[in-house]
Amino acid sequence: METNPEIVFPEKQNPLESEIYLASQWELIWRRFKRHKLAIAGLVILIIIYTMAIFCGFFSPYSPYLYNADYINAPPQTLQFFDQDGFHFRPFVYGYEVSRDPETFRMEYQIDHSKKYPVYFLVRGDRYKLLGIWETDLHLFGVKEGHIFLLGADPMGRDLLSRVLYGARISTSIGFIGVFLSFVLGIGFGGISGLYGGAIDNLIQRMIEFIKSIPSIPLWMGLAAALPQDWTVIQVYFAITIILSLKGWTGLAREVRSKFMSLREEDFILSARLIGASKTRIITQHMIPSFLSHIIAQVTLAIPGMILGETSLSFLGLGIRPPAISWGSLLQAAQNVRTVALTPWLLLPGVFVIITVLAFNFLGDGLRDAADPYGK
Amino acid sequence: MEENKLLEVRNLKKFFPINRGFFNRKVGEVKAVNGVDFSIYQGETLGLVGESGCGKTTLGRAILRAVEPTSGQVLFRTGEGKVVDVTKAEDRQLKKIRKDMQLIFQDPYSSLNPRMTVKDLVGEPLLVNKIARGKGLQQKIIELIEQVDLRPEYMDRYPHAFSGGQRQRIGIARVLSLNPRFIVCDEAVSALDVSIQAQIINLLQELQQKYKLTYLFIAHDLSLVKYLCDRIIVMYLGKIVEIADSEQLFTQTRHPYTEALLSAVPRVDPKRKSSKIILKGEVPSPINPPAGCYFHPRCNYVQEKCRREEPLFRNVGQEGEEHYVSCHWAEQLGPKEVM
Repeated sequence: METNPEIVFPEKQNPLESEIYLASQWELIWRRFKRHKLAIAGLVILIIIYTMAIFCGFFSPYSPYLYNADYINAPPQTLQFFDQDGFHFRPFVYGYEVSRDPETFRMEYQIDHSKKYPVYFLVRGDRYKLLGIWETDLHLFGVKEGHIFLLGADPMGRDLLSRVLYGARISTSIGFIGVFLSFVLGIGFGGISGLYGGAIDNLIQRMIEFIKSIPSIPLWMGLAAALPQDWTVIQVYFAITIILSLKGWTGLAREVRSKFMSLREEDFILSARLIGASKTRIITQHMIPSFLSHIIAQVTLAIPGMILGETSLSFLGLGIRPPAISWGSLLQAAQNVRTVALTPWLLLPGVFVIITVLAFNFLGDGLRDAADPYGK
Repeated sequence: MEENKLLEVRNLKKFFPINRGFFNRKVGEVKAVNGVDFSIYQGETLGLVGESGCGKTTLGRAILRAVEPTSGQVLFRTGEGKVVDVTKAEDRQLKKIRKDMQLIFQDPYSSLNPRMTVKDLVGEPLLVNKIARGKGLQQKIIELIEQVDLRPEYMDRYPHAFSGGQRQRIGIARVLSLNPRFIVCDEAVSALDVSIQAQIINLLQELQQKYKLTYLFIAHDLSLVKYLCDRIIVMYLGKIVEIADSEQLFTQTRHPYTEALLSAVPRVDPKRKSSKIILKGEVPSPINPPAGCYFHPRCNYVQEKCRREEPLFRNVGQEGEEHYVSCHWAEQLGPKEVM
């Protein structure tokens, strides 16, 4: 056979190009994703938030349940590096001088410059179980005398930072578990709908339309109100995730259905059929890998909805109930105007919700753009 | 079915339903392939031409049952010499038949899964049909890749690393791995550059000789079809209007549509005056084809009879030659030399 002029000889290629030639789908997606700066920022923020949520005991200075009548509604302290003597390498916080307003009986906190509490890393404090397994009393930071309330204290004198970190555990994981359930339901129903079509498809689509038409807050409220009062925290937690994902899967199912329908007509799927590949092989080897990246991007964009759902439910007192801590149940404490006016730091859990939701949106946006590396 | 025939298509139809409204009621049908009859002989290259939308691709796919035919028969002689009706084959039998009949796609970009390496793409047919595995598989893949003039070193690369022509070669290697006897080439070269087209055509011809392949070559490039094919089918609006030997079709054209089609082929001959026949109007909709002869609204020789009666598809060839045409006036108009 004669030589083929089309063939490019290896020595003529630059190494970068041949690296792309050998790159799989996921490598190509990563290459494109890396160019999306905002998405990278979102990813980094989320990694930080999730790390702190997973190891909340270690990152928080106190137990979230430790109350102290001396520090009711104590305002946030700021980390200081300078005092009268100048710069200190070790940061410290000033203590409070507490007085009671004789007319309103409110506790009033003044910074007391004579009380200096230096902050130490890796201090021993309240006992907790790391990851729920190893019991330890090591905390990332803390003070050896006095108190540190970087985000202030709540009306029972509990450290808000510790409570926010512990609350992150429920608030951020509920998004993941809820979305995972939606994902399973969505791929299942969407896949059946798209693959079989006809009457089954019609039935599932009408069902989705019905579910989508139910207003979410009343539905959640109704379902959440139906939860037995004597359920444990864990039971309530899972019930809430199921309630949240009950609506979440519908959008995903439609996405999956349309992907299956358009892929069915693709040449490479026909090619697989013609060479004798079984239905299972076509679905698992050709179809699912083709849209999985899209679905992952879609799922990332669905997580914020779940987090917000949990927050709203708990804020209304229907979701996670104290003593369990979530961002929503923390915000519940800030429901009245008096709190907003006098102890505005109780709204800080809301800031964490905003940061997490935004980070997920940026990440999802970047993933969506990178999901199809074979487009233009 | 005669011994020298590999495949015979009998009254094959493919209608696509058009569903509308809330209850998905069927409101009409696209008659993409509307009753065609023809045979393919062992070892020949049969051309299939016609303008866009006339049902060429659907016909090619219906034969392979890549689309489910509405009615009709496709008789195929298997490797063991048995004649089977492809349209009625069950899943297991169909899988066996498909090792014998394969399809080369028009678009080398959409027909290869971008998420699989060349090795996986070429090896997939071998794996799913349990032809080879393990070390033997690797060896077989290398052979196949060399067969289509690609370098085996590149087999860990993904399709995006290759040009259109190289991708088409990958597609051919994939098809070849099953050792088919009949291949439908659905516009297999029309998406490629002209220089690359020639290479792929040469490759296809080489493989045909080597493996005694039979091709159904779907194309719209008439000069290519003339060069490549032994016989040619001309389709119009889901029906066959003329079948003849390649040479005969060009020198003794019988059907007015073929005449118009062939007159549109560009030629390099300065002395020759342009004799292009410009057809009136548009191709009618295949949802609602005209009564009588489908071609009558655009035909230059139209008579009253054409509007009422559908012409018979019959052999008008002399001295035992096969030259099928469907025109009322084929005998009267006589053969024309268009080229």
